[in-house]
Amino acid sequence: MSEADLKKTPLHGLHVGLGAKMVPFAGYDMPVQYPAGVKTEHLLTRAKAGLFDVSHMGQVRLAGDDVAGKLEALVPGNLRALKPGAMRYTLFTNEAGGILDDLIVTNAGDSLFVVVNAACKDQDIAHMRDNLDCDIEVLDDRALLALQGPSAESALEAIAPGVAGLSFMTMGNFDILGAECFVTRSGYTGEDGYEISMPEAKAVEIAEALLAREDVAPIGLGARDSLRLEAGLCLYGHDLGPDTTPVEAALEWAIGKRRREEGGFPGADVILKQLAEGAPRRRVGIRPDGRAPARDGTEIVDADGNRLGEITSGSFGPSIEGPVAMGYVATGSSAVGTSVDVVVRGKSMPAKVAALPFVPANYKRG
Amino acid sequence: MSTTYYSEEHEWITVDGDTGTVGITDYAQEQLGDVVFVDIAKVGEEVAKGDDVGVVESVKAASDIYSPVSGTITEANAALDDAPETVNAEAQGGGWMFKITLSDPGELDGLMDADGYKKFADSL
Repeated sequence: MSEADLKKTPLHGLHVGLGAKMVPFAGYDMPVQYPAGVKTEHLLTRAKAGLFDVSHMGQVRLAGDDVAGKLEALVPGNLRALKPGAMRYTLFTNEAGGILDDLIVTNAGDSLFVVVNAACKDQDIAHMRDNLDCDIEVLDDRALLALQGPSAESALEAIAPGVAGLSFMTMGNFDILGAECFVTRSGYTGEDGYEISMPEAKAVEIAEALLAREDVAPIGLGARDSLRLEAGLCLYGHDLGPDTTPVEAALEWAIGKRRREEGGFPGADVILKQLAEGAPRRRVGIRPDGRAPARDGTEIVDADGNRLGEITSGSFGPSIEGPVAMGYVATGSSAVGTSVDVVVRGKSMPAKVAALPFVPANYKRG
Repeated sequence: MSTTYYSEEHEWITVDGDTGTVGITDYAQEQLGDVVFVDIAKVGEEVAKGDDVGVVESVKAASDIYSPVSGTITEANAALDDAPETVNAEAQGGGWMFKITLSDPGELDGLMDADGYKKFADSL
């Protein structure tokens, strides 16, 4: 795709003005880092607050009679149990039990507010239009910002009084600088924080108001990736895909109790059987013993060199001060503490299966 | 009397007699971002100009390190094992990566001087 074909978020000019290095991502020209660099941005988010432009993600409103019940036909989450203002992580599954995308569904009272991955949004919207008998409104005139880190609450409260009252995985409507915003206490870093959906015309003004604070800095996709990896959170297309089931991905917690009993989602036969009997492979954390990162695609083997699986996300964790990774291994080798080797540039290097997350979550639970 | 030369792969080599000290340029470290790991795999080995001899990893990605000349690699910078970030702070000083005994000093003629490299990097 040539540069001219790339889409721009409403904050594109702001990123360029801040000196960001821009890269193509999911069809958008996005900031991968600012002059501070990935490591500094990562540590700043854990220490203070980072502002992320995630306007490339898909925002969709679903409305109609029993819309939660209808969406349940496509996902294994218990959406009917969602009270107004509550939100949940769930998965679009296929008939083979694989994952088509991961998404967040919020009960916005009169409708469901759905956020899907940028790279999957066209496919997800088509999937919903094909399969759901409800009103589907793509909110492509809204920007989405994430404000993450221990200072996020005080920073956002200053321009959106009341957001401090939200607890983790809940949502409220707030007026921010005269704009109607949906604010959720959620994120993708393991830190406390918010995601703010706003009219695109107000995005620059709101972003600049937050960035004017000394405890808020702009953060690019590079640090977004290292933060979510340390937090043990999956990236679709790397850790999850159409050939990965929720049980293999260690996401059983996203399958509602009632849904386990009733089924009624794509691939339920496969997924429910794996829930009962286990899956042949399992997503785990991997910590290489040395300093060399084991990147996506790195083979994981046992002491005799037999293949156990491969790394699906791997980098250097600035907060851990060492390499961190996630990958899939044969279930028999998935226990925390299991010694494995990762084959980096032809050399076997010792590593261990590690508990996820690598850094403790810092969520504000209700 | 030492002289520094530059390659199109963004390495520098400072030559004193038949010994060269090699690292990556300031431009290269800036492109890579925060360096977290450096591994010179071919210490003690004879390499040809352009061979990849190791790797430098940043938070973002891994990049190969090439030898700008032919010769025998005699030493890797052990200080980078514990402080790889030195490559960012002092790319063209304390962040050097390896030493090499040149087998064909004539190859240096094919490299750039500081002005030539600056023009090359500015054109990218």
